[in-house]
Amino acid sequence: MRLIRRASPAQSMIYLAPIFALVATFVAGSVLFGLLGVPVLDALYAFFIEPVSTLYGLAELGVKAAPLILIGCALAIGFRANVWNIGAEGQLVVGAICGSAVALWLYEVERWFVLPLMMLAGLAGGMLWAAIPALLRTRFNANEILTSLMLTYVAGLLLSYLVHGPMRDPDGFNFPESRLFHAAATLPIILDGTRLHLGFPVALAFILGVWIMLSRTVLGFELKVMGQAPRAARFAGYRESTVVWFCLLLGGAVAGLAGLFEVSGPIGQLLPTVSPGYGFTAIIVAFLGRLHPVGVVFAGLLMALSYLGGESAQIALNLPTAVTGVFQGMLLFFLLAADVLILYRISFSRAGAASTSGNQAS
Amino acid sequence: MTSEMALMTLLTIITAATPLVYAAIGELVVEKSGVLNLGVEGMMLSGAVCGFAVINLSGNEWLGILAGIGAGMLLALIFGVLCLTLQASQVATGLALTLFGVGLSALLGQPLVGVAYDGLPSLPIPYLSDIPVVGSLLFNHDILVYGSILLVLSVSLFLYRTRAGLVLRAVGDSHDAAHALGYRVILVRYLATLFGGGCAGLAGAYLSLAYSPMWVENMTAGRGWIALALVVFATWRPGRLLFGAYLFGTINIMQLHGQAWGFEVPSQIMSMLPYLATILVLVLISADRSKIRRNAPACIGKPFHPTH
Repeated sequence: MRLIRRASPAQSMIYLAPIFALVATFVAGSVLFGLLGVPVLDALYAFFIEPVSTLYGLAELGVKAAPLILIGCALAIGFRANVWNIGAEGQLVVGAICGSAVALWLYEVERWFVLPLMMLAGLAGGMLWAAIPALLRTRFNANEILTSLMLTYVAGLLLSYLVHGPMRDPDGFNFPESRLFHAAATLPIILDGTRLHLGFPVALAFILGVWIMLSRTVLGFELKVMGQAPRAARFAGYRESTVVWFCLLLGGAVAGLAGLFEVSGPIGQLLPTVSPGYGFTAIIVAFLGRLHPVGVVFAGLLMALSYLGGESAQIALNLPTAVTGVFQGMLLFFLLAADVLILYRISFSRAGAASTSGNQAS
Repeated sequence: MTSEMALMTLLTIITAATPLVYAAIGELVVEKSGVLNLGVEGMMLSGAVCGFAVINLSGNEWLGILAGIGAGMLLALIFGVLCLTLQASQVATGLALTLFGVGLSALLGQPLVGVAYDGLPSLPIPYLSDIPVVGSLLFNHDILVYGSILLVLSVSLFLYRTRAGLVLRAVGDSHDAAHALGYRVILVRYLATLFGGGCAGLAGAYLSLAYSPMWVENMTAGRGWIALALVVFATWRPGRLLFGAYLFGTINIMQLHGQAWGFEVPSQIMSMLPYLATILVLVLISADRSKIRRNAPACIGKPFHPTH
C-alpha cells in the first residue's frame, strides 16, 4: 500500500471525510459497547436517537451546541491562520467569573442593563485571558499552545478559589457556590418550557458574521493566506502579530461570552465547574467542521448530541459518562485519518508510481 | 525548619521530579528526531491507569510498570500511523491523542477509583544508603527513581556518542539530507515516537504506582504539558532537562509545603505556581530566538514527503 499525492486536492473528499469518520466512529463505538458488555443497538439508540426524540431534547441540543458553535467557529478562524488557541476552556471560565462578578456586584439592582453589562464583562474577561498568550507569542515568541493551556489550569484554580471564598453565597451553608442570579441577571429563554436561551441565536448570528468576514473582507483573506502560505503573507505585508492578536482576542472574547451564557443561562450561578469541557470539544468541532463556519454548525450540533447521548446512556444503561470523551477523541482520530484521502490516493499496486503524473510531492 | 523536615522536603522533590524527567526525556528524543508529539499528557494518563490496573490485578510490580510503558507505546503507535504514515497534522493529532487519552483513561479507571495500593517498594542500595544524611537522601528510592537518572545518562550517551544517535539527530535536523544518504527517516521517527510514548507511559505509571499510589481521573494535572515546556526550556539538551525537571519538582513541592512553612496563601493560589512557572520559563527561553534557532531540531513538526 502506498500513498500517492493527488495532482490537486480532491473536492469530494473534503465533504466525504467527515462522513467516513462518523461511520468509522460508529463501528468502533459499537465494538467498544460490545467490550463493555452493553447491548449494542440499545446503546446506539440511547446515544444518538433518544436525546433528540422530544422537543425538550432538541432544545437541549441547542443549549449544548450554542457554546460549541460559538467557540468552535472562533477557533476555526485561528486554526486557519496557524494560531492555536488551546486555552479556550480557561477563557470561558474567566469570562464566567467576570460576568458573575458583575451579577453579584449588582445583586441589589434589578434593571435592564445588568445582563448587557454582564455580557460585556464576560467578553472582556475572556479577551483579557487570551491577551496573555497573544502578548507572549508576539513579544517573546512563546508557543501559544503551551501558554494558553497553562492558563487554563490557572483559571480553573482561580474559579475554585473564588467559589470557596470571596464569591461564595453567605447564606449557602458553606457550599462552594455563589448566590443564584436574580431574574434581571438571567439569560432570557427563547422557547417556553425548555432551557433554550439567547445564546443559540447569538451563536448563529456569529456564524453569519464570520462567514461574511472570511469570504468578503480583506481581513478574511489575510487570515487564509497567513495559514496556507506564511512566506507569501509576509511578502504581501500581512503582519503576523496582527493576525495572532486578532485570532486570540476573538477566541477569548467568544469563549468568555459563552462562559457568561452558561452561568447566566442553564446554570444560574457560579459553581466550581461551569463547563463540561466545551473549550476542548470546540477544538474537535472546529476540525470536524473543516474550519468553515457552516461546517462548524453541523459539527457543533453533532458534538452536542454526543454530550446528550452520554448523559442518556448513563441513565438508561449505566454507561459511565467518560464514554463521551472517548467517542469525541475517536471521531477526531478517524477524521484526521480520513483527511489523508484529500491530498493522497491509496494505491495497492506494487509497480513504481514514478511514471504516474502528478505524484511528485514538491 | 529542622534538618528532618529539610530531608523530607528534598526527598519529596526527587519523587516529584521523576515523572517529569521520564516524560521530558522521552519527548526530547522524539523532538530530536523531528516529530512534535503533543499527546504526552494522554500517554501519561493511559500509562497511569494501565499500570495501576495491572498491578492491582496481578500484584506484580514489573507487570504494572511494563503495562504502563505498553499503554504509552500503544498510543504512540496510533500517533505514528496518523502522522508518519498518513501525513496528518502533528499538532492536531497530538491534541486528538490527548483528548482521547483523557477520555479513555477516565473510562478504564472507573472501577479503580478508591482502590488502595501501597506503592512501589524502595530499594536501598546496600552500603551507600547507610551513609548518614546523603545515604537516605540519594540511595533509598524505588527502582523507577534510579531508572530515571540512568535513562537521562543513557539518552545523553546515545545521542552524542553513538552513530545511531547521530542518525537520529540528522533525521531531526534535515530529513531530506538524511533520506538522500539512505537513512530510513520514517523508521527512525517511528522508533523515536515509540520510545517517547513508552517514557510518557512510564512517567504516568510512576505517578499512579509510586508518587501517589492510587487512581484519580486526570491525575497528571498537566504534567505532560509541563514536560513539553521543559524540553524547550532545556533547549533540547538532556543535562539541562534534568536540572529543569528538578527545578519544577521543587516548585511542585513548594505548593504542597507552602502552608506548613507559614505562607498564608490559599491553597488554590499555591497550586497555580507550577503552571505560572512554566509560562515564565517558556517566555525566558523562547525570547532568545537565536538560541532557539540554534538548538531546536530544524525539521521539527515538518512532515516528511519522500521523493523518489
